[in-house]
Amino acid sequence: MLVNQPWRRALETICLPIAALLVALVIFGLFCALAGANPFGVYQSIYKAAFGSWSAWQNTLIRAAPLMLTALCTALPARLGLVIIGNEGALVIGGLASVLIGLNLGTALPAPVVQIGMALGGILGGGLWIMAVGALRHYRGVNETISSLLMNYIAIAILNHLVEGPLRDPDFVTKPSSAELAETLWLGNLPATRIHLGLLYGLIACVIAYILIQRTTFGFAARTAGGNIRAARIAGLPVGKLTLAICFLGGSAAGLAGMVEVAAVQKRVNESLVSNYGYAGILVAFVSRHNPLATILVAVLLGGILASGGILHDRIIYPMPPFWFFRALCFSACSLAIPFTAGFRFFSSIGWSTSGQ
Amino acid sequence: MTYRKTSLRLSRRQVVRGLLATTAFGITAKLGTGCTAAESDSAASGSATGSGAENVVVGFIYVGPKDDFGYNQAHAEGAAAMGAIEGIQIIEEANVPETTAVAETMRNMIEIDGAKVLFPTSFGYFDPYILEMAEEFPDVQFFHAGGMYQDGMPDNVGSYFGYIDEAEYVAGVVAGHMSQSGKLGFVAAKPIPQVLRNINSYTLGAKSVNPDIITKVIFTGDWAMPVKEAEATNSMADQGIDVVTCHVDSPKVVMETAEKRGIYCTGYHANQASLAPKGYLTGAEWDWSSVYTQLGEQFLAGKTLMSGDIDHILRGGLADNFCKVSDYGPAVTEQAKTDADAAKAGLMSNELVIYKGPIETNAGRVVLAADKELKQQDLELEKMDYLIEGVDGSVGG
Amino acid sequence: MAAEALGWWGVPLGILAGTLRGSAPFLFVSLGECLTEKSGKINLGLEGTLLMGAMSAYGVSYLTQDIVGPGLSPWLGVVAAGFSGMVLGAIHGWLAQQPRVNDVAVGIAMIIFGSGLAFFLGKPFIQPQAPQLVTLNVGGWSSVPQIESALKLSPLFLIGLAIAPLLQWFFRSTRWGLYVRAVGDSPEAAKAMGISIFQVRMLSIMAGSFLAGIGGACLSLYYPGVWTERISSGQGLMAVALVIFAHWNPVQCLWASLLFGGAQAIGPAFQSVGIDTYYYLFNAAPYILTLLIMIITCSPKRTLIGAPGALGQED
Repeated sequence: MLVNQPWRRALETICLPIAALLVALVIFGLFCALAGANPFGVYQSIYKAAFGSWSAWQNTLIRAAPLMLTALCTALPARLGLVIIGNEGALVIGGLASVLIGLNLGTALPAPVVQIGMALGGILGGGLWIMAVGALRHYRGVNETISSLLMNYIAIAILNHLVEGPLRDPDFVTKPSSAELAETLWLGNLPATRIHLGLLYGLIACVIAYILIQRTTFGFAARTAGGNIRAARIAGLPVGKLTLAICFLGGSAAGLAGMVEVAAVQKRVNESLVSNYGYAGILVAFVSRHNPLATILVAVLLGGILASGGILHDRIIYPMPPFWFFRALCFSACSLAIPFTAGFRFFSSIGWSTSGQ
Repeated sequence: MTYRKTSLRLSRRQVVRGLLATTAFGITAKLGTGCTAAESDSAASGSATGSGAENVVVGFIYVGPKDDFGYNQAHAEGAAAMGAIEGIQIIEEANVPETTAVAETMRNMIEIDGAKVLFPTSFGYFDPYILEMAEEFPDVQFFHAGGMYQDGMPDNVGSYFGYIDEAEYVAGVVAGHMSQSGKLGFVAAKPIPQVLRNINSYTLGAKSVNPDIITKVIFTGDWAMPVKEAEATNSMADQGIDVVTCHVDSPKVVMETAEKRGIYCTGYHANQASLAPKGYLTGAEWDWSSVYTQLGEQFLAGKTLMSGDIDHILRGGLADNFCKVSDYGPAVTEQAKTDADAAKAGLMSNELVIYKGPIETNAGRVVLAADKELKQQDLELEKMDYLIEGVDGSVGG
Repeated sequence: MAAEALGWWGVPLGILAGTLRGSAPFLFVSLGECLTEKSGKINLGLEGTLLMGAMSAYGVSYLTQDIVGPGLSPWLGVVAAGFSGMVLGAIHGWLAQQPRVNDVAVGIAMIIFGSGLAFFLGKPFIQPQAPQLVTLNVGGWSSVPQIESALKLSPLFLIGLAIAPLLQWFFRSTRWGLYVRAVGDSPEAAKAMGISIFQVRMLSIMAGSFLAGIGGACLSLYYPGVWTERISSGQGLMAVALVIFAHWNPVQCLWASLLFGGAQAIGPAFQSVGIDTYYYLFNAAPYILTLLIMIITCSPKRTLIGAPGALGQED
């Protein structure tokens, strides 16, 4: 049984989002048929736009990369029974921190050093941001879901304030932004692709997170404590330290996503950093049932859905319902599928706990 | 010196330089696309457009919904006008965020749909996304609303925008006449140059009829914040402001709130007279359909940015139908109408210059000496980062 | 028409007026959440419910204006908002009570589901103008136009004011209120009393969602009185926070909602008198305020007064 279980879990994790997507596809197909389009033609176009060619795959993977990282921000603390939805805020703070480091160090140091500094900035920024949530939870009993949510809004306000005030580059006219990072600091693409290195960061982070949770004593302690905080206290586990550490790790992943977004995509920091990667990450985490490896898969699937927006142009051929409706359906189906994951053992570890229990 | 030229006429670019650059970009891009886009069969055909037999595919990308009663809708209506031309086919995608998503959308439009011309309309699409894609696809023309084209940018990038501040100036003249308290209100989203220019021109228009007038600015911080916009309008009314206008994505809330408070308003983006039948004075409206129709015809005629047939910087104001002034509302007095019409005629004949010295910022810095003036075409105006004297507000977050 | 400027007096007046105008959505959603949580379940999905309510209220008010007239159609909208909320609530109530299902996860799902549905169905209603709810001019006595305008109250707000103490009385003094509290505090005891936990929770969640839907109607039919996809700035989510620091007490929910409504007006009110820097941070005031209040009022040592015992427990 023990040998068997990971496989069963993996299977369930894979089947669930696929089943949800199938439901969304069927519903969307019905709407297409109502609108007079051939649903199978539409399906084919969706597939073509998401996974039909190497170019489409690249499109999908580019969109999946930040989701892997932001999903960890929810997935890791979930192991300790914490429901954290501050992904967007951690991403923003991480991006801000890395740009501050990148702009201040500039070309004074060798580029790789500055890049590592920026990555560390992102990790520390996002990590400390979510660690604060964990600390409030542990020391003050403040509900972590609510506080992390509020801190999203606060992070975005700080971002807007800084790019419109102290950090603003007056020569960049299209929107209030910081100055541009030196070109040597930009994160390049994987060889022979247009996929930026962020994908690699995401994959590595997910694998590390998996090993950390499944194969180390730290992970074991976290999972144990997540099962029952009170029992863990009695057993002498350092619940406080575990809380802070795992919140830090989760936040650092989202912070790294911010760094990647800034260094590989935006090249400067502005409000475009807030583009819902964090919120999509929550969905990815829940659908993948907080399993870091499954996160990779689900992120790719969701990336594919986002990428298949290209199919919209097929309206030339098919009169079909607006494409974003398909996206909304997929997201809804995935999210409504979340509860069904709960019938299984380890999902039950995520408990809502009000203070003082 | 005929400074103002019809905005769509052939540019001051040197053709030779352009040809050289096009070739150079062509080579690099062939190398570039060779290893990335394996399946882009539809896009691979040469750069000659307008063969007649085949439709020219034009892609429009919007940052928000197409029916927002504001910025995106104005563009979408223009796109529809362009699409009405025989031989032009419009493809559109709305709700595209200013991230890699827009780069991928552009790529899809080019590679899958064979788009030859793209209009990514949101300000934030320009740098870096359009610039990067333009280098990769030198055959495709990229037109951006409001971006700053500068020398050294890819040859297939063009920027177009309307001097809607001319219409704001006229609206300001009307507002200046109609305000009893001498205080105007401006609900703005973010302090970026286009917004600041509108605020300043509006104020200058008002000051031209009432030198003591004050324009109070409230920044809501984002392009769509309905509650904040309503709250800002209300607090302006509380402060005795009796004419408000706005520069946000959808002016609906501001207009309706002003009407409820019984104060005047002037519109933006589109005609909002129906939202405030009593208090709507006039407004500054975009009119993209004429611009887009002209461009569409040029595309069909095989004209391109790369060959130098289309100017890299297309600008125009009231005279060029880039924008227009709403019909006057019932409350507007005869005197106000006369002065506003005079201002409009002056702007259209190029006799009236909005930014004419002396102009000081509200922090006391002289931006324009008494004998200087900045014509509408001056790119200096597109970098505006100040509020002029008479505006109550500040640009620093 | 021209009003005398109020100068600095405009700030407290602006915040007061903002409070009266903007707190109704908070009030309804937080009362709904309060009822839901008292039964021992959390509904984070009220943000989606709020949007759905705002959309259906606006849509119904617009569509029925020719049939029932512009006076009555907004009220039909309000009712429609409540019922659309109730439908979403029923889905939540059913899903969240499945074995070992986490109600927070369902809530996040419902946010996405509710807002997606509202945006999809709401497309045709972004442009048209729907008839708005009438306002009651309580301030007719005042000769100061600003005060007169500030005291144009929404009847929904007054209804909300009345519901808060009613709900309090409901919890304290009625048999049904006792059932809800029993189910929320100790399901075991409730079961022993012969109460159906499923039914009580289902009804509580549905009734709570009904209220939250009406909260949406306040946004689209009173203030700011439009339907757009950006109509809510997280009021539904903040209401959850609000309930916690109101200690699950309906009357305190009222005070908390007033505080939040007022906080929304801080940024614009300050800018209107010339404090025009840091407006992003002023605009974030409600969030910062909530966080601070939570930090101050929460404690790891003891259960909050009024916290339903079963809240967050697995069944």
